[in-house]
Amino acid sequence: MFINKVVIFGCLLITAGVQAESAGPELGRPASAEMIRNWNLNVFPNGGGLPEGRGSVNDGQKVYLQYCQSCHGVDGSGGSAEELAGAQHNLTDNPPDKTIGNYWPYATTLFDFIRRSMPMDRPGILDNNKVYAVSAYLLYLNGIIKKQAVMDADSLAKIVMPNRYGFINFNPYRK
Amino acid sequence: MSDTGLMKPVAGGGLLDRRLFLKRGVGFSVAALVSESSSARQSWMNTPGKGFTPYGQPSAHERSIIRWSAANSMVAGNGVSWTPLHQLEGMITPNGLHFERHHNGVPEIDPAKFQLLIHGLVEQSLVFNINDLLRYPMASHLGFIECGGNSNAGWRERPIQAAAGFFHGMVSCGEWTGVPLRVLLSECKLKSQAQWLVAEGADAAAMNISIPLEKALDDCLLALYQNGERIRPENGYPLRLIVPGWEGVTHVKWLRRIQISNQPVMARNETAKYTDLLPSGKARQFSFIMEAKSLITYPCVGYKLTEPGLYQIKGLAWSGRGKVRQVEVSADGGRSWALAELQTPVLEKCFTRFRIPWRWDGQAAVIKSRVTDETGYQQPEREQLVSQRGRYGYFHYNAIVSWAISAEGEITHVYQ
Repeated sequence: MFINKVVIFGCLLITAGVQAESAGPELGRPASAEMIRNWNLNVFPNGGGLPEGRGSVNDGQKVYLQYCQSCHGVDGSGGSAEELAGAQHNLTDNPPDKTIGNYWPYATTLFDFIRRSMPMDRPGILDNNKVYAVSAYLLYLNGIIKKQAVMDADSLAKIVMPNRYGFINFNPYRK
Repeated sequence: MSDTGLMKPVAGGGLLDRRLFLKRGVGFSVAALVSESSSARQSWMNTPGKGFTPYGQPSAHERSIIRWSAANSMVAGNGVSWTPLHQLEGMITPNGLHFERHHNGVPEIDPAKFQLLIHGLVEQSLVFNINDLLRYPMASHLGFIECGGNSNAGWRERPIQAAAGFFHGMVSCGEWTGVPLRVLLSECKLKSQAQWLVAEGADAAAMNISIPLEKALDDCLLALYQNGERIRPENGYPLRLIVPGWEGVTHVKWLRRIQISNQPVMARNETAKYTDLLPSGKARQFSFIMEAKSLITYPCVGYKLTEPGLYQIKGLAWSGRGKVRQVEVSADGGRSWALAELQTPVLEKCFTRFRIPWRWDGQAAVIKSRVTDETGYQQPEREQLVSQRGRYGYFHYNAIVSWAISAEGEITHVYQ
């Protein structure tokens, strides 16, 4: 593994050397820290990018009823949109169920996705506390956290999802 | 070889030498079908024609050549549209017929207000507007974009009865022109820990996806043009990331932001979706490359052969790993195969048009094609693909496609 990384970095450095000659007219303007902070929606598995704020399962249930249930169904299944919870079948069954609880490898993905994309008819309407809360509720519906739990930047990043090791890396550069 | 030799079958079921149409002008007997006009001048020759138009449109007689679409009943802009591959020729998809996959609709973007932000593990975070980017040195990639979920009806237990394009049409091909991504990344000066980038669109889904930096520095483009004109709104206006040979979801439309990172973001669309569940219960992740695929676009479901005689079988082949080396066609259900003629140029990660003459004897037949790419990879039979991947991977279906032709000339999709 260590050797692989050394080789990869070697390649990047070589490419960077070639780039210096092909660089463009340098028309980019420096981005302000404020712009980066406002624009950056990415949340990484290690918790990088998670904002301040917190939300409980109970608060999350209210958010879910108001913004999510009409498409995702009662308790996260049976709606017009995809299943979020309540898997009846394993991943090896025919057909399998793929829910947050039995398929998603990282809990941080909930925050990343809900904040940027949901609800589909009014994306961006949920503040950070509400996103933490509804993430907590979905984790609760999937049996991953207890009803009393509260999610914040620290607790969300610490969750180890049941299917955390269920993926085979097919990245052609780093198999 | 003499012309008479060219008329001899080269494989079972009446396949003829691929060079036949090149060597002689073999006519299809269609003249009898066209009703004769008795006057010397047909009606449209007797009045002056229409004047000029600011932007040309297809003939009114071609209005039925359209994308088919399927969308979420609750969210009109969440869905797909298919390119009618079976109604097109050559290797370029017209811009108005390029397939679409939108996660939450097509944003209406004012290019004067559009900005691209590059930040993260760089020495200097930079913002570019569209006029900046238009001044940069540009390059073109002539290539296909294929949704990772294309052809997914192939996983179903029973063969879907849909025309080639409305089953396999989440793939299109065009010339994409813009700024090589490595030029902008070099201006930002990557830090040594940089290993990935996370690209994000300016749509209502703010869709994001992680791409290894090696690919970004190799051949990715920030495209501003599609087939010579500015990119269409539904294909990412004003700026789209082009990732040659990789699944469509990586070609982020309406590209607004690139964060350089040392790890993938593990977005919903690289974990919950666009991962390929295997029979073992494990799933393939970051299966970016679209493996070689081919299919016959004529004849196929949606057409009927009206009489025995000479036909030209034609189709498309492509590979996310490089060039198409060869396409073989069978007209006897795979018992024998003949090489199809490849239209030039044959380009990397690009549609390649293939054709072969076929004399249909009026008997039931099964026609199919298989591609081998320049790496030696050969398109698998469906049975082989399903035995490796099961039926619930959903993404990356690239098996051989078989069309059965009845003695009456009716065409159906079959598994065999």
